[in-house]
Amino acid sequence: MNETIRQAYQSAPKRWAYQLLLALLLAGILAWSSTTIELGSTGENGWKVAGNILAGIFHPDSKLLLTFGTNGVPYLLLETFCIAFLGTVVGAVISLPLSFLSATNLVPRPVAVIGRGLIAAVRTIPAFVYGLMFIRVTGPGPFAGLLTMSLCSIGMVSKMYIESIEDLDKRILESLDAAGCTTFQKIRYGILPQLMPDFTSTIIYRFDMNLRDATVLGLVGAGGIGAPLIFAMSAYRWNEVGAILLGLIVLVLIIETISARIRTKLARG
Amino acid sequence: MSVYDRLFPPRKYCLPSGETVEEKRSRMPLILLVIVLITALSVHITGFNFGVLLENGSRFFDILKAMVPPNTGYLSKIWQPLLDTIKMSLLGSFVGAVLAIPFAVLAASNIVTNRALVFLVRLFLSLVRTLPTLVCALIATYIFGLGTMAGTCAIAVFTFAYVGKQLFEIIETVDMGPFEAMEALGATRLQAFVTAVFPQVLPTYLSVSLFCLEGNVRYASILGYVGAGGLGLIMNEKIGWREYDSLGMILVVLFVTVVVIEWVSHAIRKRLT
Repeated sequence: MNETIRQAYQSAPKRWAYQLLLALLLAGILAWSSTTIELGSTGENGWKVAGNILAGIFHPDSKLLLTFGTNGVPYLLLETFCIAFLGTVVGAVISLPLSFLSATNLVPRPVAVIGRGLIAAVRTIPAFVYGLMFIRVTGPGPFAGLLTMSLCSIGMVSKMYIESIEDLDKRILESLDAAGCTTFQKIRYGILPQLMPDFTSTIIYRFDMNLRDATVLGLVGAGGIGAPLIFAMSAYRWNEVGAILLGLIVLVLIIETISARIRTKLARG
Repeated sequence: MSVYDRLFPPRKYCLPSGETVEEKRSRMPLILLVIVLITALSVHITGFNFGVLLENGSRFFDILKAMVPPNTGYLSKIWQPLLDTIKMSLLGSFVGAVLAIPFAVLAASNIVTNRALVFLVRLFLSLVRTLPTLVCALIATYIFGLGTMAGTCAIAVFTFAYVGKQLFEIIETVDMGPFEAMEALGATRLQAFVTAVFPQVLPTYLSVSLFCLEGNVRYASILGYVGAGGLGLIMNEKIGWREYDSLGMILVVLFVTVVVIEWVSHAIRKRLT
């Protein structure tokens, strides 16, 4: 390399004390958490199982994969899709008032803090606990799953909503005011065009995530593809596991491609 | 001209200058129609029923009510699983985020010129990302046995896929000027990457990794449900025994932990960007 470049490098600010401290801190944290590594119980059995899973994915149970009844993979995927879709829609609607009440540029600070606390509390309860709660309301099945999905979506969706609401450009509203617009017109032409792309993008992204997370619902019997998957795994029926996973992977990939396309379109306007 | 425009011809306007301009009809009705159709299908398949919700809705709060007041006596037994959960998410996030770097570099189309390689690495990242975390944890429990190791593994895989995708998108948006300048001066591609691209992406990379860590603490508490260690393990146990007041205590502790971690991480991320 050139001599001038070398000189330029040497004149870079030297903050090695700070960097050393950070590195030591990180090393300390890692050393502390490395106690979670326990290889003692790793049997040869484990690797055999891993091999079986891989073999199962490459030799999926084609009967299960191509049955179009209510027990086949296509129907289960459709059910999962429907749970995720409706769950996202319901969650997105519930998040609307919550996020407007928690945006610091719209409401007084104490109200916003309470709103945020509420959202954080809703997010803390894990999906399977919600699932159990809703099963008492609706009985086991996809209905409970969709209600769980909607509550689980609220946390992230309203967090993103709040960010876009707080980024609102107020000058547009002022100029609409100056032009003599009514409140309704201000909302229609000043606020909605600013928020809609962000909101839609958030909702589509969350739908993507919900589709992936829908397996959790199977744990408590709240419908979707999770339950058959987990049953097949605990019974070591790897061909079925392979078939279900394959279906899920294909569905998620398709949805992800479509959603990425819509979202880039939204971002570019 | 697309089919839609042919069915609903664009509206024509005559400008004062004599020119005519066309405004394409809004796509909104079509989009709305599709959404309504999918919603109707979903309502049918999931058996969504407002009546049931109104009738039994109050039973949703049965468990919540049983959680209050939380059983403070149980607090002393929560610390160990809580620490396990935090350790699992810390180590898992670190390992995943570090492993993501080489893959993200290989998937960035402005650094690697080989199209096939970029496509393969991206496909790999996508495939890993479609694997649900819970399934990952289940597989890990079969391999490593029940315990925190399985959870750490599952979190590392999830973080790897998430950070990998974000990172290659960040790398693709960097200013390539310094990189080209370094190459023009005779630096190798690796040298040019480390000195010209790395400093540009580092703050965002750290920020994304921290963001992922925030979410992982929450995820780590679910993983215990399948036996992968941490808070989920005792949550599952307490649900099984219907000791909802102890479950309430666990959730309170988890809430405080998540809020503290989010607050710290948010403060660091603010300084980074």
